Amino acid sequence: MGVEITTTRLEDAAKWAKQSTLDKATNWGRKFSLFSYPFVTACCGMEFMSVAGPKYDLARFGAEFPRFSPRQSDLLMVVGTITEKQGPAVKRVYDQMAEPKWVIAFGVCASTGGFYQNYHTMPGVDQVIPVDVYIPGCPPRPEQVLDALILLMDRIQAGRGHSQLRDKREQLIASQNQDEG
Amino acid sequence: MSQKVLDALKAAHGSAVDRTGSAHGDEIAWIKRDQLLAVATWLKNDAQMAFDAPVFCTCIDWLDWKPLGQPPSHAWTEDKPRFTVCYQLRSFKHRHRVRLEIELPESDPRLPSLTPLWPAFNWQERETFDMYGIKFDGHPDLRRIYLYEEFVGHPLRKDYPKEKRQPLVRRDDLPINPIKRPPMEQK
Repeated sequence: MGVEITTTRLEDAAKWAKQSTLDKATNWGRKFSLFSYPFVTACCGMEFMSVAGPKYDLARFGAEFPRFSPRQSDLLMVVGTITEKQGPAVKRVYDQMAEPKWVIAFGVCASTGGFYQNYHTMPGVDQVIPVDVYIPGCPPRPEQVLDALILLMDRIQAGRGHSQLRDKREQLIASQNQDEG
Repeated sequence: MSQKVLDALKAAHGSAVDRTGSAHGDEIAWIKRDQLLAVATWLKNDAQMAFDAPVFCTCIDWLDWKPLGQPPSHAWTEDKPRFTVCYQLRSFKHRHRVRLEIELPESDPRLPSLTPLWPAFNWQERETFDMYGIKFDGHPDLRRIYLYEEFVGHPLRKDYPKEKRQPLVRRDDLPINPIKRPPMEQK
């Protein structure tokens, strides 16, 4: 943080206004075309299949197609327990995804480690990558997953995902440095 | 059930058998570490034994063991051996089974590997080494199987701190990055 977001100059204000309208349009497009990368490691995967299947039908909300390549996806779903040994792999998958990207921690193990409080389990995948939405439950109900997806779509529309906020911060810092220099 | 195996074992290798017992339908022979390889070779090759199926290999850590409802003399003390390595063997031919238990002191937890006799023990002995730090002499490839090479210590030993994690990677923007802190003291 530590960046002043207020501006008093008229041309700056106009620039922000124009950008935010454009952002609104692009974010509207992004939120209805999520391509998810299911990083499935444990039993929560069954529940993920149930959500993706025809009964609960994740495709209704535009998150239709699980892509099994991080390059082609923008939503990382961490489904199941993440061990310390898997940490570098998760981080690598996240780093390979194209910006902007979002992360859902699916189930209590991915969110906090769950009941595995011991030597080998990471206490939540947010120790390694930033998480946008946490879904509690062991495993979560499909309705909870759909609820989380709606929550994430609201966040994307508002431009408040982790990678979007990071983009904004970097733009602000760059523009501030330009003004000073 | 397989009492005849124990009797034959005592008749053939009386000096190698420390004691024998039965528990829950399993026959157990406590074998001295020096003669384990000779006993195991005999068990595999003798026509009357013919143990052709290795079932499992694991270890018990007796540190601070105090059984409920037993006299205090059963509890673990410093002078008793700390580790017990178990090999469960089975014969499909004669339909009998036996368990070999080898007691090891804390100061020198090593014993001859049975991988040359039964290759299926390869990964099981690696797991026992990974979790308990038992050294198997003569094992072809004794290194960690589940944990990463950077891991310090053996987590299933009773003196390993229960929730001590050894992270490989952490976010840079977290307020506390445990990787940057000095590592915890190994007990």
